[in-house]
Amino acid sequence: MDAIVIDNVSKAYGSTKAVQTVSLSVKPGELFGLIGPDGAGKTTLFKILVTLLRPDEGRATVVGRDVVKDFRALRSLVGYMPGRFSLYPDLTVEENLSFFATVFGTSIQANYDLIREIYVQLEPFKDRRAGALSGGMKQKLALCCALIHKPEVLFLDEPTTGVDAVSRKEFWEMLQRLKERQLTMLVSTPYMDEANRCDRIALMQTGQILAIDTPSGVEHLFRKPLYAVKAAETFRLIQDLRKAPFTQTCYAFGEYLHLTTEEGTTPADIDRYLRERRHEHVTIKPIQAGIEDSFMALMQHG
Amino acid sequence: MTRIRFIIEKEFKQIFRNAVLLRMMLAAPVLQLILLAYAANFEVKNLNIVVVDQDHTTYAQRLVGKFRHIDNFRLKGYVPAYKPAYRELLASRADLILLIPPHFERDLGKENRASIQLLVNAIDGSKAGIASGYAQTIIRNFNDEIRTETVAVQQPATGGRLEIENQYWYNPRLEYKTFMVPGILFELLILVGGMIAALNIVREKEIGTQEQLNVTPIRKHEFILGKLTPFVIIGLVQFTMGLLVGIFLFQIPVVGSVPLMYGFAFLFLLLCVGLGLLISAISETQQQAMFAVFFCLVLFILLSGLFSSTENMPTWAQYLNTLNPLRYIIEVGRNVMLKGSTFRDMQSQFVALLLMAVALISLASWRYRKTV
Repeated sequence: MDAIVIDNVSKAYGSTKAVQTVSLSVKPGELFGLIGPDGAGKTTLFKILVTLLRPDEGRATVVGRDVVKDFRALRSLVGYMPGRFSLYPDLTVEENLSFFATVFGTSIQANYDLIREIYVQLEPFKDRRAGALSGGMKQKLALCCALIHKPEVLFLDEPTTGVDAVSRKEFWEMLQRLKERQLTMLVSTPYMDEANRCDRIALMQTGQILAIDTPSGVEHLFRKPLYAVKAAETFRLIQDLRKAPFTQTCYAFGEYLHLTTEEGTTPADIDRYLRERRHEHVTIKPIQAGIEDSFMALMQHG
Repeated sequence: MTRIRFIIEKEFKQIFRNAVLLRMMLAAPVLQLILLAYAANFEVKNLNIVVVDQDHTTYAQRLVGKFRHIDNFRLKGYVPAYKPAYRELLASRADLILLIPPHFERDLGKENRASIQLLVNAIDGSKAGIASGYAQTIIRNFNDEIRTETVAVQQPATGGRLEIENQYWYNPRLEYKTFMVPGILFELLILVGGMIAALNIVREKEIGTQEQLNVTPIRKHEFILGKLTPFVIIGLVQFTMGLLVGIFLFQIPVVGSVPLMYGFAFLFLLLCVGLGLLISAISETQQQAMFAVFFCLVLFILLSGLFSSTENMPTWAQYLNTLNPLRYIIEVGRNVMLKGSTFRDMQSQFVALLLMAVALISLASWRYRKTV
């Protein structure tokens, strides 16, 4: 049986349709990523799954329990780490942790094993108030608090938003280690580069799921020829390329532009077109599509 | 049950850690009690009086002398004519003008009657009323004196006179403090019970911990009880401190039963935290909660009879007042503390407060939804 089953769930706030007939399922022990820009409906979906919101339509189960009917039983079985730091800033690290342990009817000692690796990094600061921790430390504490009652499924809503690159990397490594313990995890993130860390991902936009696949599977959804193009004047380049007859799409990706073209266009065609427009230092190379390219393409075609 | 204990424990930890708030919660009520009891005083003292004496006789001087020797009045001085006196009144340098016309003594001696004029600055209505009352009493006394002097020579003993002497029960010296302190003592409970409780819960909403708690197995009643118990306890501590200040600093007599007062304080605190909870359930931010509490607080206090008697309010206000918890508890405070009223005497207040407390707490619990 799947750990999370979402079946045609919809939720609207007034006339804003936050989540529209979303269906997906997550296998036990899977690290599942929900990827999408801000406002895609990720947080709303999370809140439905952790029993904070009722869906307007459809139903969802987590470890076999209905999120509406069995919400009370479910609350002891899931861990939720919200996108915003939501612990008591005026309590110390240790007090926060033991408070959340006690409200779940357990203690730090009982489940210390699960959080040990993360908690050892926090231990030097255990008497510091949570409000005075650095961003990365806050996030580790939040993760500990979400794990302290040994949940069967862990929900992490944008855990790496607003965290520095090193802490982000560390955080994903922690999740990998939790995965080795067969913990089912649903993680949302707006960062495409984090998608590769997941077993499977769902691309989400304006309340709808665009695709569900493994990260490489999503990359393979992209079939058109793709080139990375660079020139001295990036802004003029993007304008010229978008006007070119062979261009389908053209987006900026860091220092390169990612260009998709009509079938049969060769790099030489592009090069000639750009030289006619007096672009200098032109580089054109065919590349493999990444998740972001797929996402952009899916967004275009719905 | 144990979860409630953990929430209470956490709550106290947070309260004790917030040293500024803790100090304010305990010191502010005592300070307010002292300040309000001394400052919110309706005894009219230091009324500035300006005299226009156009007679310059012994009688006129005797009359003015009477004003000089009463500490409610402060003789600002003499001015020669009506006009400059009027200017003093306009400039608010004088509250009262006593105008003694020419031939005052002569008329009084010859015709057995004379008139004087009293001008009172009535910007502050109640002050003016009291001032003219005082002045009239003084003038009447003077009149009696003069009459007994002159009458005694002519025809002794002109029949009996009816003297009315007032005796004020329960507050024989009409001490303002005695009247105020019991009221303020209970009024202050609404600050901790209502305001701090409401703000505390809304803060959990603001920092997001409310949501975090909502995904735990904490039940609604556990959260509510765990949240409210600390404030009831702090309220009772505050009440004790206020009571001690009242007894030892203000020498307020405690005639009635102290346990009865605590019983009512407890009931009233439940009502206040119920109100705080209701306000926190309908507000999203501390600002909103603050405004709501402030609105209730001012309305309650002004209508409560703390400063002005409720019986003199218009009928509609009196009807509105049946919903004012502060009014009942102030009645209880004054009656039990100063008069020694028993529970039997305070039954109707008890029922009213109990009903309101139950209504507020149920409404708040119903409104406070765990799933948003």
